Amino acid sequence: MGKAEGMAPPAIALRGIEKRFGAVHANRAVDLTVRRGTIHGIIGENGAGKSTLMAILHGFYQADAGSILVNGREVAIRDSRDAIRLGIEMVHQHFMLVERFTVLENVMLGAEGGPLLARGAAKARAELARLGEAFGLRVDPDARIENLPVGAQQRVEILKALYRGAELLILDEPTGVLTPQEADDLFRVLRALRAQGRTVLLITHKLREIMAITDRVSVMRAGRMVAHRETAATSVAELGELMIGRRLAAPAPRPAPKPGPVLLEARNLSVRDAAGVERVKGVDLALRGGEILGIAGVAGNGQGELLEALAGMRRPSAGEIRLGGQTVFPGRDFNPAALRRQRLGHVPEDRLRSGLLRNASAAETAILGYQDDPSWRRFGLLAPAAVAAHAARLMRDYDVRPADPALRSALFSGGNQQKLILAREIDRDPQVLLVGQPTRGVDIGGIDAIHQRLLACRAAGKAVLLVSVELDEIMALADRILVMFDGRIMGELAAAEADEQRLGLLMAGVAPERAA
Amino acid sequence: MGDVPRWAELALLPVLNLLLALALTALLVLATGGDPVAALTALAVGSLGSADALGYTLYYATNMAFTGLAVAVAFQGGLFNIGAEGQAYLAGLGVTLAALHLGFLPAALLVPLAIAGGAAFGAAWAAIPGWLQARRGSHIVITTIMFNFLAAALMVHLIVNLLTAPGSMAPESPPFPEAASLPGLAQLGFPSSAPVNLALGLAVLAALGVWLLVWRTPWGYALRVMGQSPAVASYAGIDQGRMIILVMALSGALAGGVAVNELLGAQHKLLLGFTSGYGFTGIAVALMGRNHPAGVLLAALLFGALTQGGAELAFEVPDVPSEIVVLIQGLVILFTGALGNMLRPALARVLGRAGG
Repeated sequence: MGKAEGMAPPAIALRGIEKRFGAVHANRAVDLTVRRGTIHGIIGENGAGKSTLMAILHGFYQADAGSILVNGREVAIRDSRDAIRLGIEMVHQHFMLVERFTVLENVMLGAEGGPLLARGAAKARAELARLGEAFGLRVDPDARIENLPVGAQQRVEILKALYRGAELLILDEPTGVLTPQEADDLFRVLRALRAQGRTVLLITHKLREIMAITDRVSVMRAGRMVAHRETAATSVAELGELMIGRRLAAPAPRPAPKPGPVLLEARNLSVRDAAGVERVKGVDLALRGGEILGIAGVAGNGQGELLEALAGMRRPSAGEIRLGGQTVFPGRDFNPAALRRQRLGHVPEDRLRSGLLRNASAAETAILGYQDDPSWRRFGLLAPAAVAAHAARLMRDYDVRPADPALRSALFSGGNQQKLILAREIDRDPQVLLVGQPTRGVDIGGIDAIHQRLLACRAAGKAVLLVSVELDEIMALADRILVMFDGRIMGELAAAEADEQRLGLLMAGVAPERAA
Repeated sequence: MGDVPRWAELALLPVLNLLLALALTALLVLATGGDPVAALTALAVGSLGSADALGYTLYYATNMAFTGLAVAVAFQGGLFNIGAEGQAYLAGLGVTLAALHLGFLPAALLVPLAIAGGAAFGAAWAAIPGWLQARRGSHIVITTIMFNFLAAALMVHLIVNLLTAPGSMAPESPPFPEAASLPGLAQLGFPSSAPVNLALGLAVLAALGVWLLVWRTPWGYALRVMGQSPAVASYAGIDQGRMIILVMALSGALAGGVAVNELLGAQHKLLLGFTSGYGFTGIAVALMGRNHPAGVLLAALLFGALTQGGAELAFEVPDVPSEIVVLIQGLVILFTGALGNMLRPALARVLGRAGG
């Protein structure tokens, strides 16, 4: 296409890329052309094959078939060193930085420039200053990574890539950990890169980001490239449809909340993490039946520890927790099992790490936490048939696919794993439901189903505490929103008065008085 | 990693790995100037070729089944119990104290009490490292290794200084009373010279019990959850400290079966070092048996056969060094354990092609 238009060859051209993992056909006949000096978006649901494609481009996987052309020349990318040599750099969703090293040391990593560090360091320092100037990427070269905010760490990742001569920068879900304001800063940097002729590939599932920053966008679905569009000539609605292959129903209007009695209350709650660092600092909250209370915040501001403490998994260092009017902390019987008996349900933040048994069947995952229930025992022994029947019923009622209780839990998609966990917790008819990041890694169809379940809990008079880093999710579901920053509640907003601007400032730790 | 059908996973793969180990052994025998056919024949006949040989094989296998189960049950909880050797040794003390001090009781009471004594001492010796792990964070691998040394030193002291009969020069306890003995299996056709005894039946029952406990009770479910992931166990509200102490005690009690088989079944007195490494073999047995009771029984049978067959081999084929048996055991462990997945991708390809 580049030649036909009489332009320079495209920065990257993929032709007929195929990749299989066993029975999974992750990439099917994928074609992609990325023009030099553009910001090119790739969108698709989880599992659509975006990450596989990028991993092939970055040399982490080899394609089974197909060819890769860089600047019009066919190349073989066998490992990431090949990719780096070709000027292809990737900024991962989870940063690859040495926490205890300084910015300068991290940037030099892998490009030390000789046996003695001093010369390389001087060169790197000068180069960092130049890059910072050119692209608006200013970071103190002598700051330690562990002391930098997430947005600055991401800038270091980008600097690292540029220092090694990146011509094509791949960013994988770069805004997942950023506040909206930090995301705007990132976009400014990306525009500066484009202005200087570098090429950016942006992987995301957020349609609004695609619309805001990209020049062109390619849509993947089920391993295929289903469409390429000029961003200016498409719309969020069209892209959404292309992504999921059907039209999304408009969300039904929510009935007004009917708040019931306070079912969960925390007073002056403080929680330390395993290392003894205070992560929750004197939090007060009250949660009523029939409402969804959202807790917003950039990941890592104490929401996780708060949720674990409320669920009984982590002993608070101070404060009080009342569940259904009874004080459970401080108290002798403060543990997840006892709280479950008092009808507290908990969908954990990290379902893969703590919510399900990856190597056991879905049936075993379906009784996790409730293994002592006598209803799946016969003659005092666990009856696999009873457990499987229970799992089969949950899978049917909550549309978990495939509805096979014998299938290993790890083999379900993220959305179906989450539906199974929700089914397990909601089926026990809890009075309070704690939910952490319910739609992380869940595809759009699954997100909708999970949101409907949470709204149904609210309609049934249950008290739902929703912790999420997805502002869209919080704004779509919560009746009231608390914003956490550095272990404290920065402010509370009613659903009606919450918008991205206000939430973003609170998430960044700007107190409402100063924000006004 | 290729996926192979379940039957191939459970049956074909271990057999192929075993054959590979034997083939390599044959090559090594050939290389040292021996006759591989004669050597492998002597190994097979010596372990399974007669009722007497089988009696010895099963006797050794009983010890290995107990220690294999001990390691396997702890492993289901994610705990690597290296201390079955010491736990079995201490269990010998429990068996001996019961046998010597309660000798006035009839056999029907004395034998169960001696078994209980062994199990209790083994359990207690394993529960201490369990407690240290659960409440003090000391790593179970380190502490159980240490406790093997402690057990060895303690038992030497007790046997030499306190238990040896007055005037005797042999470092062993006085003989047990007649009643403190498990019957042999003469009714099943084993000659009375073969040391196999009723402890074999106890080992099979123990395997069944472990299977029921681990796969058919909520406690076992919780144990396996902890073994898969402590984070999931914490989410599920499982008291992991308590669980660690309990499963270690169970593991130690199972290791105590060695003392039952050896002391009540065969020796009828407490001997210095009677555990002779069965605790460590149990690790290999559990590894090969994939930490499942059925697998442990089969693996124990194999290792028992190798032990008995190896002794015969050294006797029958003098130009083959007796160390060859240790070599075979090492190769079996290497191919079934450490390299257990080596053949898997190839097998998956072959079976995949045949299947579709």
